Parts: sequence; C-alpha cells; structure tokens
Amino acid sequence: MRVQIASDSDIVAARSQGRTLAIKLGFSSGDITLIATAISELARNILTYAQQGEILLKSVDGSNRTGILIVASDKGPGISDLRQALRDGFSTSGSLGMGLPGVRRLMDEFEITSEPTRGTTVKVKKWKQWT
Amino acid sequence: MEVPILKQGGFLIATVQAALTDADLLHLRTALLERVVRMRSRGVILDVTALDVMDSFASRTIREIAHMIRLRGAETVIVGIQPEVAFAMVQLGLTLEDVAAALDLEEGLEYLNQKFKSATT
Repeated sequence: MRVQIASDSDIVAARSQGRTLAIKLGFSSGDITLIATAISELARNILTYAQQGEILLKSVDGSNRTGILIVASDKGPGISDLRQALRDGFSTSGSLGMGLPGVRRLMDEFEITSEPTRGTTVKVKKWKQWT
Repeated sequence: MEVPILKQGGFLIATVQAALTDADLLHLRTALLERVVRMRSRGVILDVTALDVMDSFASRTIREIAHMIRLRGAETVIVGIQPEVAFAMVQLGLTLEDVAAALDLEEGLEYLNQKFKSATT
C-alpha cells in the first residue's frame, strides 16, 4: 500500500492507512498509536524537507512473528549530516528537529539512507508482541 | 473538519475529533483566539480525548494556542490525553510543559475555577 505525500491531508491519510493495516495485523491499541505517530512524523518530514514523497506500508513476516514495515522515501535534498540528525535535539527548521531519534524509539527496527541532492529513505519495522 | 467550540460561563471548550489535519489545527488556533477575544473568556479547555495521534506539529500548535491565549490573560488546559498518546509523545520527546493538563473535562473546569477564584480573592 503506497500513500503519496504532497500535502498535509496526505499525512492524515498515511496515518489512517497505517492504522487500518496495524489493526488488521492484530497490533495492540498502544502499538497502533505508536505506529500511527511514527508514520505521521515520517510523512511530515517528507513534506517539510522534500515537499513530496511516498510512504509504503506492508506487513512483514519474521521467523515466528508478524510485523509492519513502513518505508518513507523522497527525492528531496537529502540529509548531509546523518549523525547529527539522529542525535536528539538537532533541528534545521526550528522545530523539534526531524524527530528521527523519536521515531527510532517508537519502532523496533530503524534504517535510514540519505544522499545529499538524491533523497532520503527511512525504513522502520514494528513487530507484533505475542502476549 | 471544524472543531466545535462551546461556551461554558467564562470558559470555552474545544472538543477535538480524531484525524485532525494540520490545516484543521491552524484553523482551530485562529478560531480559539478570535473567540477568546470576542467572548472575553478567561479559560480554554482543549478536549483531546478523541485525538488519536499527537505529533510534533500538533504539540507545537497547541503550545502556540496556549501562548497566544495567555497573552490575552486567559489560561488553557488540555484534557483527555489518551495513555498511548501520552506514551508516544514522551518517546518522541514532545512536551506540553507550558500547557496545563487535567485528566478530564470535569477536572479541567475545576482547575480553571480554582485558578480564577484565587485570582479574584
């Protein structure tokens, strides 16, 4: 499932699609909120820094667990100093920064690739807890 | 989506629905300030019980709302933050430290009443 991000209402659309998928996969309501929040921040980054991009949502299978995969990608300016961006408190737009360390805390797996002038891709996964 | 704003005595109560877009939040900011001025309200309760996600934009806009309202001599209280939302906010490092928070509408009104009682005695 792909959601194009080009306006602030797309952020809400991405969140709601993510929520729907997370509910379908049987995530707890707490985890659903974390997933929706992470999607919101990732979509917001796309909008703020690249003006447009895409959020991909799909289920993933681990060795004996299910999870959700979220890939946020854009062809924007890229992040020139990744280490800085992944450090809490860094910001170029006067806000709380890109929220990347926060998104990393909300999810179980986090991977980012970014190349100045080529774009940025953030891949995060959350696994469903077996209770 | 229009956020309903009700008048309760000298206070305003804005009840946020789920799926609030950025534009909705900015519209709320303007509408609340305008209403506070027009009705000379002393307090605003922002009921976010139905809000499913509080992200960086939402928390920043809420702080702006509180700040603007304070410049009019009024107080903002946020009520009904869901536990999962609170957890996500803390993980994201979002604080609403300069905005008062109460558990629910009743306690929010109690808070505002107490504040203005002590201000007038």
